[in-house]
Formats: sequence, C-alpha cells, structure tokens
Amino acid sequence: MTPKGDLKMDKMVVVEGSYAVAHAVKVCRPNVISAYPITPQTHIVEDLAKFIADGEIQNCECINVESEFSALSALVGSSAVGARSYSATTSQGLELMHEVLFNVAGMRLPIVMTVANRAVSAPINIWNDHQDAISQRDTGWIQLYGENIQEVSDMTAQAFKIAEDKDILMPAMVCMDGFILSHVYEPLVMLEQDLTDEFLPSYEPLNILDPKKPLSFGAFADPNYYTEFRYMQQKAMTNALKKIEDAADEFYDLFGRYYGGLIDEYQTEDADIILMAMGSIIGTIKDTIDKLRQKGVKVGLLKVRAFRPFPAEAIRKAVKDAKIVVVLDKNISLGLNEGALFTETKSCLYNTSNHVPVVGYMIGHGGRDIRMSTIENIISEAQEVMKSGIKVESQFTDLREELL
Amino acid sequence: MKQLFVSGHRGCAGCCDAMAAKFTLMGAGEDCIVVSPTGCLEVMTTPFPETSWNVPWIHSLFENAAAVASGIEAALIAMGKKGNTRVVAIGGDGATMDIGLQAISGAFERGHDFTYVCVDNEAYMNTGVQRSSGTPFDASTTTSPVGKVSFGNQRPKKNMPAIIAAHGSPYVATTSLGYAKDMISKVKKATETPGPTYIHCHAPCTTGWGFDTSKTVEIAQMAVKTGLWPLFEMENGEVTKVRKIGKAAPVEDYLKMQSRFKHLFSKEGGAEEIAKIQAIADKNIEYYGL
Amino acid sequence: MKIPIGGVCEPGTTIANKTGGWRTYRPVYDYEKCIKCKLCELLCPDMSVFPKEDGYFQFNYDYCKGCGICANECPKSAITMVLEEK
Ligand SMILES: Cc1ncc(C[n+]2csc(CCOP(=O)(O)OP(=O)(O)O)c2C)c(N)n1
Ligand code: SF4
Ligand SMILES: [Mg+2]
Repeated sequence: MTPKGDLKMDKMVVVEGSYAVAHAVKVCRPNVISAYPITPQTHIVEDLAKFIADGEIQNCECINVESEFSALSALVGSSAVGARSYSATTSQGLELMHEVLFNVAGMRLPIVMTVANRAVSAPINIWNDHQDAISQRDTGWIQLYGENIQEVSDMTAQAFKIAEDKDILMPAMVCMDGFILSHVYEPLVMLEQDLTDEFLPSYEPLNILDPKKPLSFGAFADPNYYTEFRYMQQKAMTNALKKIEDAADEFYDLFGRYYGGLIDEYQTEDADIILMAMGSIIGTIKDTIDKLRQKGVKVGLLKVRAFRPFPAEAIRKAVKDAKIVVVLDKNISLGLNEGALFTETKSCLYNTSNHVPVVGYMIGHGGRDIRMSTIENIISEAQEVMKSGIKVESQFTDLREELL
Repeated sequence: MKQLFVSGHRGCAGCCDAMAAKFTLMGAGEDCIVVSPTGCLEVMTTPFPETSWNVPWIHSLFENAAAVASGIEAALIAMGKKGNTRVVAIGGDGATMDIGLQAISGAFERGHDFTYVCVDNEAYMNTGVQRSSGTPFDASTTTSPVGKVSFGNQRPKKNMPAIIAAHGSPYVATTSLGYAKDMISKVKKATETPGPTYIHCHAPCTTGWGFDTSKTVEIAQMAVKTGLWPLFEMENGEVTKVRKIGKAAPVEDYLKMQSRFKHLFSKEGGAEEIAKIQAIADKNIEYYGL
Repeated sequence: MKIPIGGVCEPGTTIANKTGGWRTYRPVYDYEKCIKCKLCELLCPDMSVFPKEDGYFQFNYDYCKGCGICANECPKSAITMVLEEK
C-alpha cells in the first residue's frame, strides 16, 4: 500500500504545482513544446517559457501557437519527425483540440499533455471539475489522474515512458485538478534529473518523416482496413494496463515514490463501503475515512489513477468483498444523469458474479467545494443502502435547492 | 531524374491537383517533407496501404497543415536535423483560404522556415464542388448554384496572396498550371528563401469547372491571358515582378470554356454579369500593370 | 500484408494501381512530328510519358488515363487521341 517508500524529507521544497509540473517536463528532456495559455494551465507554459528563455532546456523548441488546435497539430508534425513532444491545456482548450486528439492517437504519436482539469462552458467557469478530460475519453488517449502535486509531477515521467513504449505508442494525458493542484504550494521532491535520465530512455520512434526513408503518414483507410486500425489501438490500450503498473513499480524502485498503479487502495481490506474517485478529492476522502474508521465505520477508498485504459480487472478485484461501492464523479453525462466513472464501474461488474450495489454521486461541478461533511453524508447514505437497498442510483451532490 | 510523385494515383484524368503536386516537387527537390491537408490531393494519393509520394509526407486534418508544418520545422531544428531539408505544405483553396487560414496566419506570423503552396481549384472539389472563398464571382457550384434569381457565387475571390504578404513573408508568388516552368522556378525560389514563403497556384479542375480533361493547361493559360489571374512575385510585401500579358483576351474567351459559367451565356442579364467580370480583369490589369 | 503501427505507407506504392484501364482515348505519338520539346513529359498528370535514350518519348499505357493534355498542348500536333479498342 502507498507509499511504498518514504519521501526523502531533505530533498523537499515548497513550490507551486504548475512549477513542479513544468520542472518535471523539463527534466523529461522534450524536443518540442507547443501550448496555448488558458486558466488554470497558464503557469505551466509560463514556467516552461522561462526555462527556455534561460537556456535551461537543451535541444528544445517552444512554439507559441495561435490556438490549442494548432498547439496539438504542431505536435503531430514534431512527433512524426521523432521529437519528444509536450503540451498542456484544459477545458475550452482541450475541447478545441477534440479533432486533433483522435488524429494523434490514430497516428500512434506518443505525445504527453498535462490537463489542468477545469469545467466547460456554458456557463463559463474557470474552476475545477473533470468534464473536460472525461469528454475526451474515447479519443484514444491514455488518461492518468493525480492526487497531489508530487504524484502529478512524477506521473509526467511515467506518462512519457508508458506512451513511448513500443508495445503502446499511444498519447497520454496527465490530469491534475485545476487550481486545487495547479496553483497550490506544497512541499514535494522535484523530479530528479539523474534518476529520470535512468528511468526514461530517449524516445526511439518506430517510423519518422525522413527524406532518406520517405514514408507517408496519415493515409486514408477504407472499410477494408479501418476496423483493424481501431483494433490495434485498443490492443495498445490493453498493453498499457500492464505498462502503467510496471512504470509505477519501476519508478518506485528508482525514486522510492509510489502512488498506486492503475488504481490504489486505502483501507479497503476489510471495508464494507468502498468509495471510488479520481484526482485531488482523494485527499479529502482519505481524511474522512480516517475519521470514520475511528468510529468503527468499515470504509475504504479505491483511487483510480488510470481512467483510460479502464482498469476493469483491478476494480473488480478491489471491490470483490465490498458490500457497497460508492462512485464520486466530477462530471456528468447529460441525459444519462450519471458520471463516467460510475457508469463504467457498474458496467465492469455486470456479467460477473459480484452483484454488489453501486451508487453514484456527481460532485464538485465547476469548482464547488467538497467538504468532509459531504463525504460523511454520502457514507451514511451508503450505510442506509446496505440496509435497505438502492433508492436513488445516481444523483447530484450538494444541490442548492433554494436556487431551483 | 527520380520521380518524386508517381503514377497510379486516383486523381481524375487531367487532374490539376496531381499536376500541381508534380510541379511542386520538381521545384522543391528530394530533400523535403510534405504536409497535405484533407482534400482531393490527399485522398487520391494515399489510399492505404499505398502512396504516390516518394518524399516523406504527412496528412493530419483539413485545417491544420500549416501548424503541422510548424511542428516539423521546430522538431528538425530542435534535434539538429534541419540541414537543407525544406518543409512544404500543399493545400487546396478550402484548406488554405477558409478553414486553415488561422493556422496559416499563425505559422507565417511566427516565421517558420517553410513553404506553403495553395492549389487553388476554386472550390471544395473533394466533397463535390462546393464554393470556397477562392470561388470566383458568378461561378456556379453546388452550394452557390445558379437559380432563377442567382448567377451563382456572389462574392469575388479572397485576395490570399495579399493576406500572406501582410504577414511580412519574404516571398509570395502567384503561378498557374498553364505555366509549368513558372511554377517550378517559383517553388524553387520559395523553398530556397529562408522564412515562411507562399505560392498560390491557379489550378483548373476538369470535374469541378466542367471542361474536357485535355484542357487543364489551356484554361489555366486563358485565365492569365484575360488578366483574371495575374502572375506576380512579391518580396517583403512589394510586387517585384509581373508577367506581362500584352493585349488581354476578353474574359468571355475564358468563361465560355467552362460549364460553371455557362449560365452567363444563356441566362437573361448574362451580358451585364460578364461585364462585371471583365471589370475585375481590367482592374487587375491596371493594378499590376499587366 | 500486416498493417504497420500508425499505418505508414511505403513510398511510391500507388505504382501497383494500374490506371490505364480508365482510358477511353489513347494517345498515339508520331515520331516524325516530335521536336523533343518535352512538354508532354512535363505536363502529364499521371507521369506516363517517358523520355527514351534518343530524346523521343514513350507512353506508359499502364497508367495513362487518356486525359489528352499532351495532345492538346503539343505544339507540333505530334500526339493524337484515338478511341481505345477494348
Ligand atoms: C473539419 C472538416 N470539415 C470538413 C471536411 C470535409 N472536407 C474534406 S476535403 C474538403 C474540401 C477540400 O477542398 P480544398 O481544400 O479546396 O481541396 P480540393 O479537394 O478542392 O483540392 C472538405 C469540405 C473535413 N474533412 N474536415
Ligand atoms: S475533382 Fe478535380 S482536383 Fe479532384 S481529383 Fe478530380 S480533377 Fe483532381
Ligand atoms: Mg479546392
């Protein structure tokens, strides 16, 4: 269980989350960075621009593009030439990239991008939820969610390693909660250059755009071939399941830091109630669990680190003895009235012998504060469900009824 | 000489896009990386698993060729591989003047070392001849059809070379499939000029314009001879060279060769419309001193 | 064939696709009239006109789609388009 290793306190510094991420990117030795400013991602690109201006990133070009669409499009070109390529965005910017996201994944370009998760417009809102990234779940990007700035920083190196693996070659998003993590100052160990050089070998592309070997990229595939392209992408995603675990383990061996693989578990061993969530809410849930455990409530947490590929097997294993599973989602599929993690968790248990009840709460939209008391309420409602069954399968949390 | 663009592509007989690609590569040479946005050229040359390209080539999307080219250039520089390798984007009028304009503006403003070639066949051919901002005045297309109360496309062509020149491009030139050697030498000059350079090629499309497959070159030449398509070069924003046309041919000679303009000769009021088109040509002749 | 990762294509491979079958009219070349100006070779959108050692030309009917641009542009009318007999 986490953490396998102790953080080396003497290496710790206090920096902003965005700075930690920018530093991590620098340490990963990118060749091309291309990004467009948008709150709350801005500090990451500003910090990277400063590194470049100070000559601190060798063999790297930073493109100040005119839009997110071009930010990611430029990386299609750079990655196809064999450059380690990085971007960062959020919310409106990520949605603007939608078409390019599919394209990157289809061409199997292992670009890594930080997403400082934020709500989407309308109404326009700059605060955190996960609607932006969740809406891109089918684009073929690996999606990893970090709990705190240490994890997000370290995840950046893991993401490059996973994405660039020859058995995978899929792009990866490192998701961090906007403001909550991007703008927080916390003590952490900044990603170490020497260890990262050992952990992350230089990118060895399979094919590149090269006048000496003039391949064509991005041909159109008719119905005779298209299905197989899709199948190969799915296979790569399946391969990533193990690679994400391996990368976490290898990272631990070298750096002594571990946050889980596909998932992480906290107090689940004997838990009747298992909460599931992603991102910074994990901290609040752990605190709540600590409090309730003292009162004898058998509650545990399943933290989902990888939302894509979806860790179905790991989830099934983790909840096999639970009496109820409660899924918290910072997103909603409008018209279904469910969050994505909830829907997918239910679906991965269907057709199994585990008929544990699963309930969903949509929470924290547009940056609505999530208090321990809210989590406690959810847990006590779960205790009710254990006794008398599901009454409401999925619902909004902390709705301000007086406004409706 | 090694063929950089090979046979077997699925372009129509007499295809303008194929000719433009061939001439572009003859000018750019072997040491280049080509980016094509979505469009006829892309579709007809790369049906997986085949490609007509003998140079490295990439297609990403319809609207992002200039951004992809920016990334290629940046990557080559970052990795110390730039050498003399030239990055060349070849896009249709729709990809260039409409949906891709923003990315092009960005790439030219940032000053990437690349050449953008617009193959202007004056409509969205790949999707079935819909109008673009490159479609000329009074041309009938499937989205600007002639009708009881319409003579077809109601707007003149967007002046794309001027837009690029306004970005401070060191070299902007117009050319035409009617003048292959002109095109090849302008592409060569563009690719040899450091910085973002632009070639706008007038490219008659047999299918979209409605003319016999043998007339691609002849029609292109006629556009130039009437003054409707002036051939010029601009260096750092100034027109530095113009191809003189002598006594201009009347625009009718050009219009009557193509079925997209045939209503001008049959519909009541056609003569007045032709006069408006003649005025466009006259203005070009005066402005550029053709 | 196996689909390579990312679906890259080997260069110049449309050569496998013989487009000559599209042809309705076939260009017929008159050596006597040709002045070796090379226009036909230059203009062919299907790269189907090849120079021979002696500077005259040869048509590759495997790919020629019969568009007739060569015949239309030849300054000496050395190329005529004749109906293809199938
Ligand atoms: C975002 C997007 N919108 C629309 C299309 C459909 N589309 C594909 S090619 C094309 C027209 C291409 O026109 P142009 O750039 O002039 O090239 P041409 O085919 O005429 O050579 C259109 C509308 C697309 N592929 N992507
Ligand atoms: S429609 Fe026009 S541009 Fe497209 S392949 Fe045919 S001739 Fe070429
Ligand atoms: Mg067009």
